[in-house]
Amino acid sequence: MTPIAVLAPPESPPVRIALAGGPRLLAGPRVDGPGETLAGHRQRLGRRPIGGDWLLDVIERSGLRGRGGAWFPTHRKWRGVSRLALERGPSVVVVNASEGEPLSAKDRLIAEKRPHLLIDGALIAAESVGADDVVIYLSRSSRRATHALRHALAERRGEERGAPRMRIVHTQHRYVAGESSAVVRRLNGGQSKPAFSPPHPSERGVLGRPTLVQNAETIAHVAMIARYGDTWFRERGTDAAAGSGLVTVTGNVARPGVYEVDLGSSLVSAVAAAGGVVSRPSGVLIGGYFGTWLSSDRGLEAALCPEDVSLGCGVIGVLGSDACGVGEASRIVNYLARESAGQCGPCVHGLRAVAETMARLTKGEADRSDVSRLLRWCDQIVGRGACHHPDGAVNNLRTALTTFADDVERHTCGHACAGLGARPLPAPPRSPFGWR
Amino acid sequence: MTSSGPRPRVNPIRCDGARYCAEIVPELIGLDEWGYPIVSPLPIDDPRLLRLAERAVGECPRVALQLSRLRDREG
Repeated sequence: MTPIAVLAPPESPPVRIALAGGPRLLAGPRVDGPGETLAGHRQRLGRRPIGGDWLLDVIERSGLRGRGGAWFPTHRKWRGVSRLALERGPSVVVVNASEGEPLSAKDRLIAEKRPHLLIDGALIAAESVGADDVVIYLSRSSRRATHALRHALAERRGEERGAPRMRIVHTQHRYVAGESSAVVRRLNGGQSKPAFSPPHPSERGVLGRPTLVQNAETIAHVAMIARYGDTWFRERGTDAAAGSGLVTVTGNVARPGVYEVDLGSSLVSAVAAAGGVVSRPSGVLIGGYFGTWLSSDRGLEAALCPEDVSLGCGVIGVLGSDACGVGEASRIVNYLARESAGQCGPCVHGLRAVAETMARLTKGEADRSDVSRLLRWCDQIVGRGACHHPDGAVNNLRTALTTFADDVERHTCGHACAGLGARPLPAPPRSPFGWR
Repeated sequence: MTSSGPRPRVNPIRCDGARYCAEIVPELIGLDEWGYPIVSPLPIDDPRLLRLAERAVGECPRVALQLSRLRDREG
């Protein structure tokens, strides 16, 4: 299929280039080739600097925020762990590449193709927050990432003298397994299910020690900031979101995949990097399964920074014109209901009820009173789980009901779903068994 | 605008919907249609309600209800 030109809405601002000065994290060898070797990595970027207190200030000035989805200021998390490590002994650093979000592929891409950037960042983080134990946390199904990291660790054997020990720990691939308290429970020998907080993992984490759980992309940015500094990092991006970022563009585009963009560049430019839309889009999902549905006009106009839209984990899902957004939202909430850890009543019962009603709606078997009940349930569920799983699910659903209000109306008049179109978003995976 | 009363909070992992709390202080705790508590997040300043809330905490068979003066941490 040949991509047609990107459909920029009329009167849209001029399309800015997604990446003004070339890639940063994805610079180097092609990402569709094998992972970068230690020799190649060192030749390209040189040896890594040694982390320490100095880096906390640099990271603060850089404005780096966590790219796992919450966009929490990285330096605040680091300072907390670093202070507690001084008081109570060595901390633990966890590089979170488990990537439970089915539409996202960026963290695995970093682990597979830039393993040494990840390891550099992890060691630098450990030195900066006083950790003597570094864990790389991966989904068991990410075999290529595991293989690349094992190989990269072997390449460095005997090299990093005095550096903290590093190990890989796997989890079952579950949506909530990467939530920081779930990560800690898994590393303490339990199930990858969220815990009630406080205490937060940064206060009492792995073996009760202060623990820094940081997303893989964020750690890779740290490896670059430690080398080139905060001014360099801020040359890209906006005030609230500095630097470049990885986005996964999927659905109704010519070349779905992971792309690096300058934060603040337009969504249209990210879609253009993925080869443009294949047919006129009817909606855009930003931020993945916990994300926000936007109409195609509003969506393509959006700037990729928190000032404009919540980017979450950086997924951009473009829906084709022949697809029904209500149908996509129904698939997603059904998957998220099944992926509930089953611990909190409002999440277990609320999401199940919501998913069942959405399934009836797509079949044309629900009426307007069902829709208002859906909205009431959404209001009730928010904020009542131990983690934000129910909140994220409800956010996706609520924005779908608003954005695709016409489709909702049609369904309540007894029309069944038109279907998911020629290029739907990738189907949610089957929920695996087990939680370890 | 400084209110110093404690706030009721449910540990949703422990809670299994025994509903005692909503019977003891319906002013502060409602129920959703599956029987799980919906708690008012405001600080409790009325001494009568505070006494009842403390009783509800004591009666919860799962020790899921707490009165907390701590503010949630972010991150």
